[in-house]
Amino acid sequence: MATRQTQLLARALLSPAVILLFIWMIVPLALTVYFSTLHYSLLDPGSESFVGLENFEYFLTDPAFLASLQNTLVLVGSVLLLTIGLGIPLALLLDQPVIGRNIIRLMVIAPFFVMPTVSALVWKNLLMHPVSGLFAWIATSLGMTPIDWFTDAPLLAVIFIVAWQWLPFATLILLTALQSLDEEQKEAAEMDGAGPLSRFIYLTVPHLARPITVVILIETIFLLTVFAEIFVTTGGGPGLQTTNIAFLVYSQALIQFDVGTASAGGLVAVVIANIVAFFLVRIVGRNLEA
Amino acid sequence: MARKVTGRHVAISTLAAWLAGFVIFFPILWMVLASFKTELEAFATPPSFLFFHWTTENYATVQERSDYLHHALNSLIVAGGSTLIAMLIAIPAAWSMAFSPTKRTKDILLWMLSTKMMPPVGVLVPIYLIYKNMGLLDTRTGLVFILCLGNLPIVIWMLFTYFKEIPKDILEAARMDGATIGRELIYVLTPMAIPGLASTLLLNLILAWNEAFWTLNLSTLNAAPLTTFIASYSSPEGLFWARLSAASTLAIAPILIIGWFSQKQLVRGLTFGAVK
Repeated sequence: MATRQTQLLARALLSPAVILLFIWMIVPLALTVYFSTLHYSLLDPGSESFVGLENFEYFLTDPAFLASLQNTLVLVGSVLLLTIGLGIPLALLLDQPVIGRNIIRLMVIAPFFVMPTVSALVWKNLLMHPVSGLFAWIATSLGMTPIDWFTDAPLLAVIFIVAWQWLPFATLILLTALQSLDEEQKEAAEMDGAGPLSRFIYLTVPHLARPITVVILIETIFLLTVFAEIFVTTGGGPGLQTTNIAFLVYSQALIQFDVGTASAGGLVAVVIANIVAFFLVRIVGRNLEA
Repeated sequence: MARKVTGRHVAISTLAAWLAGFVIFFPILWMVLASFKTELEAFATPPSFLFFHWTTENYATVQERSDYLHHALNSLIVAGGSTLIAMLIAIPAAWSMAFSPTKRTKDILLWMLSTKMMPPVGVLVPIYLIYKNMGLLDTRTGLVFILCLGNLPIVIWMLFTYFKEIPKDILEAARMDGATIGRELIYVLTPMAIPGLASTLLLNLILAWNEAFWTLNLSTLNAAPLTTFIASYSSPEGLFWARLSAASTLAIAPILIIGWFSQKQLVRGLTFGAVK
């Protein structure tokens, strides 16, 4: 059936996308590699010279790198923990017979559709402001001292904002997975005398293992590059307390105009993301064959 | 549904679920309320929840002082344009891979997926410099271009998983009846593909509308979409909470509505078909 003609046509239809993505992936990345070997500052044009791996040495031994690597890991880890830790009970709850489930689901999913700059500024001002924010008012009403979030616990504040944005994603995926759990299987287990707890452990948990893995991997890819939330709330500060790798590279490139070092940092970010991507691509690829 | 569900069970889970939903939704609700307050009331402690002087003047101020519509139009052009172009490139590609797969189709698909995983900071420097040299900084064209490329892998993937579900027998039947590829595409495939096309379009509109790495880095004023416009409220002198809330409410309202309609497809699109 696959005549030569259709084959040719199929190839012709596919090639624009492949060529575009290839250029998009190769050209900027090759330039990044090239720049990373240069002494190249936009503030000092004309002074470009080859320096080998010096930029990498500079970037990797800069105390800011270790600090931002740590912040990145803490941010990704905490948000994963919060979104999955809260997402599982929330998904289980929404899987119960609940009156008005559709409306609740709309409310739960909503934060995911809010653009990052809006959620960050609304949280920073309306909720987390140390004097006029709602949290401050709640704390005072309960007789506690309000927390000055962006001074005393800036990274935690960013973590809460990002976790709020991603909780819907985790919940929705886990809920979708739960709803695909065969009702008959549950009934069969129930008839065989399995209690709610053992049904949960032997039926639900194994069923959720895969969606949880998917959530972890996809969230990690996006969380490694959290940028806007930091950009509009803290600008990476105070000091380096909320600077992650993405923000560090940005500030080296567009605040300090050090193209060489920023390129080296960008490549470090690519390597880190690739480690995660490797596992995700394998999982998705396995699914493709099934 | 032979499982017994007691009334008490329903009552407790309903209560808990509504409570959880309310807490999660609250920041958005609070923002919408603040947008109808005066600046003084938005800032007041103790805060007033419903019994304040409702006003719509913030919405008028946002438009007058900062030309909100200009930025909304930018968002529309950038998100809509990048999505449409991505669809135009992706539809033939996905169609080809779904209906004339070769040995390499799987590798091509996974490779496309992997381009989406490249962190944008990895290519920030060259893209910024290229844009600077080509005069593309702070232009809608520049943003359309980069968001289109950034979302292309997701568009292709979503379309591929949808096309894959169209039964092949129908195509063969059409071919037996002597339909050419053109007719096959128009009369057989398109009607069956429309739901998938629509949800792909919606999801990518959402992603492009909310994209906040490239828009923040590559636009300042002229081409600034709503993401960048809202970010300008982060400067200390711009701290007008009621105004910020009004601008934010306007910025998220259309996407919230689209998002609610396409929530089912969201799972599928964002997990590349790994969870359905």
